[in-house]
Amino acid sequence: MREASMGIIDKAISCISDKGQDGIAGIWDDEHKLVEAAKKTRDSGVVGFEAISPFPLHGIDEAMGIPLSFIPWVTFVFGLSGCAFGLWFTWWTSAVNWPILIGGKPMFSLPAFIPIMFELTILFGALSSVASLFFICGLPRVEPPVIDPDLTSHRFALFVPKTAKGFDKQRLMDLFKSLGADEVKETRF
Amino acid sequence: MMHRTPLILGKKTYKDISDDICALVERFPSPRFMLGLAGAQFLFLIFVLVQGAIVFKGLGLMGVSHPVGWATDIVTFVFWIGIGHAGTLISAILFLFRQKWRTSIARTAEAMTVFAVMTAGLFPILHVGRPWLAYWLLPYPNQRGPLWVNFRSPLIWDVFAVSTYATVSIVFWYVGMVPDFATVRDRAKNIWRKRIYGLLSLGWRGTAHDWNHYEMVYMLLAGLATPLVLSVHSIVSFDFAVSSLPGWHTTIFPPYFVAGAIFSGFGMCITLMTIFRALVPTIKDYITMEHLDVMNRIILATGMMVGYSYGSEFFVAWYSGVEYEQYMILNRALGPLNYSYWTMVTCNVLIPQIFWFRKMRRNLWVMFIVSIFVNIGMWFERFVITVTSLHRDFLPSNWGMFHFTMFDFGALFGSFGLFLTLFLLYLRVLPSVSIAEVKPVSKVGYEGGEHGHH
Repeated sequence: MREASMGIIDKAISCISDKGQDGIAGIWDDEHKLVEAAKKTRDSGVVGFEAISPFPLHGIDEAMGIPLSFIPWVTFVFGLSGCAFGLWFTWWTSAVNWPILIGGKPMFSLPAFIPIMFELTILFGALSSVASLFFICGLPRVEPPVIDPDLTSHRFALFVPKTAKGFDKQRLMDLFKSLGADEVKETRF
Repeated sequence: MMHRTPLILGKKTYKDISDDICALVERFPSPRFMLGLAGAQFLFLIFVLVQGAIVFKGLGLMGVSHPVGWATDIVTFVFWIGIGHAGTLISAILFLFRQKWRTSIARTAEAMTVFAVMTAGLFPILHVGRPWLAYWLLPYPNQRGPLWVNFRSPLIWDVFAVSTYATVSIVFWYVGMVPDFATVRDRAKNIWRKRIYGLLSLGWRGTAHDWNHYEMVYMLLAGLATPLVLSVHSIVSFDFAVSSLPGWHTTIFPPYFVAGAIFSGFGMCITLMTIFRALVPTIKDYITMEHLDVMNRIILATGMMVGYSYGSEFFVAWYSGVEYEQYMILNRALGPLNYSYWTMVTCNVLIPQIFWFRKMRRNLWVMFIVSIFVNIGMWFERFVITVTSLHRDFLPSNWGMFHFTMFDFGALFGSFGLFLTLFLLYLRVLPSVSIAEVKPVSKVGYEGGEHGHH
């Protein structure tokens, strides 16, 4: 039993400890140059590269061709489910499972149940949005590879993994240097 | 083109911002800070002792008795819940309105919300008298039938509203902090700091794809928190408005409570921000006079909204022609508990009028003192609503009087100890200004060509 549970824990840890891929990274000190570089890199035919920044960059989605997040659909569906669950649960407990006459009100007192339905709509919507964010971003992740510790503070990077379409080590290093990168290196991310 | 005032003072670079904010987490705090924390913990200790005695001995230690069955516990619950609302207003509603000035105070305002709701949540649990049975308020399958909770009762709506509010506020606050935890993690020299903040950061990497979803979720949470915050104080007001007691049975209550909540919350926000500036001088570049000025204007505006509600209660009492309603309002203003009514009017309507003057809005001592008065006034507003309505209702033979005991005061002042202890610990261990949110707005007001693309 103990061995089995150890197995599960090890499996879970290996699942969330992504050790990354080898590739080429260019690091910039200016976010405008990075956005420009992302655009040029994409134009040069590289597909499947990544930009890393300490804060959301204006225009990076357009430069890299990242589509609008689909999470609102998750929120919408789960919000509606929360509302429906609230309606079903208040009805089932108050009118079906053990109906009790209180103050002469109908067993199914819909107006009184609306606050419950409303709160459950918000709760389901909010928690499902955050859960899908974590799922998409692969969080939680144990000791993710770090290209440069300043990338969560004041530097900006592009990373092209070896597996990316159009990967050519020398060409990319030259491209990043010509785009004004302050540092270009081989790394894991 | 309109001139834009800088949101962050001192022409900070991105590195300066990381250094300034992380320093609060990385450095040992100043003696002044430790003194403040010791004071807060002393009050907290009083809270623990007083509530311990009340749980051990019974609610009778407090002033509650027939006919005033709801007093300090409920008043203080509504007071703290109200405080929380300004935090959500700043972090969520101003975000949706794209008010960039909110970024540097949003984290602390949201922290205020979380701690205020935590403090508030204790009071109904302690008020039930047997807090170990408070879980009966939740609808869970049980061996008594199952006997479900009464979903027609506003008190159950309140359980759902407050617990949803607490959950969503904590999640919103935490999601906002994840990238900042990653910043602290990557700067850390100390292995334990690296591990602890690494754990809190959940391994955040900050890729463009991550940020794309992150920003969307942040906006969704703001969009969900906005109707939520309005619903919470509306539902709290239903605790009163759905009953048939004169002074409680009023349709004006939901908007009146929400306006009062925002008013009191901004009051507390000013109190905390002035304390924050006093304890941590480096934060003055982030929480600037502009922020305080804007918050003081909101206090002035919402103060007049609650003043309007006080006036409309008089009008409705007269216009309704209901004898009990008319007696209730006269009893509030002229009866034995009239001190509470006039404290409320003075603190909430008269004193904030000083903020018509720009000089007063920008004076730290003036705003600190006014904010304390707002806190006092708003506590008394809930006292007026709760206690003066209960102590004299329809039948004179059912009338009574409310007397405070030492335990009422202990519970009230002690709750500030709990709140301030949590708040000061937060300033010490969590990034108290949103590093990732402040950086994109740090150039506003410095670049000649800044045209605000939003």
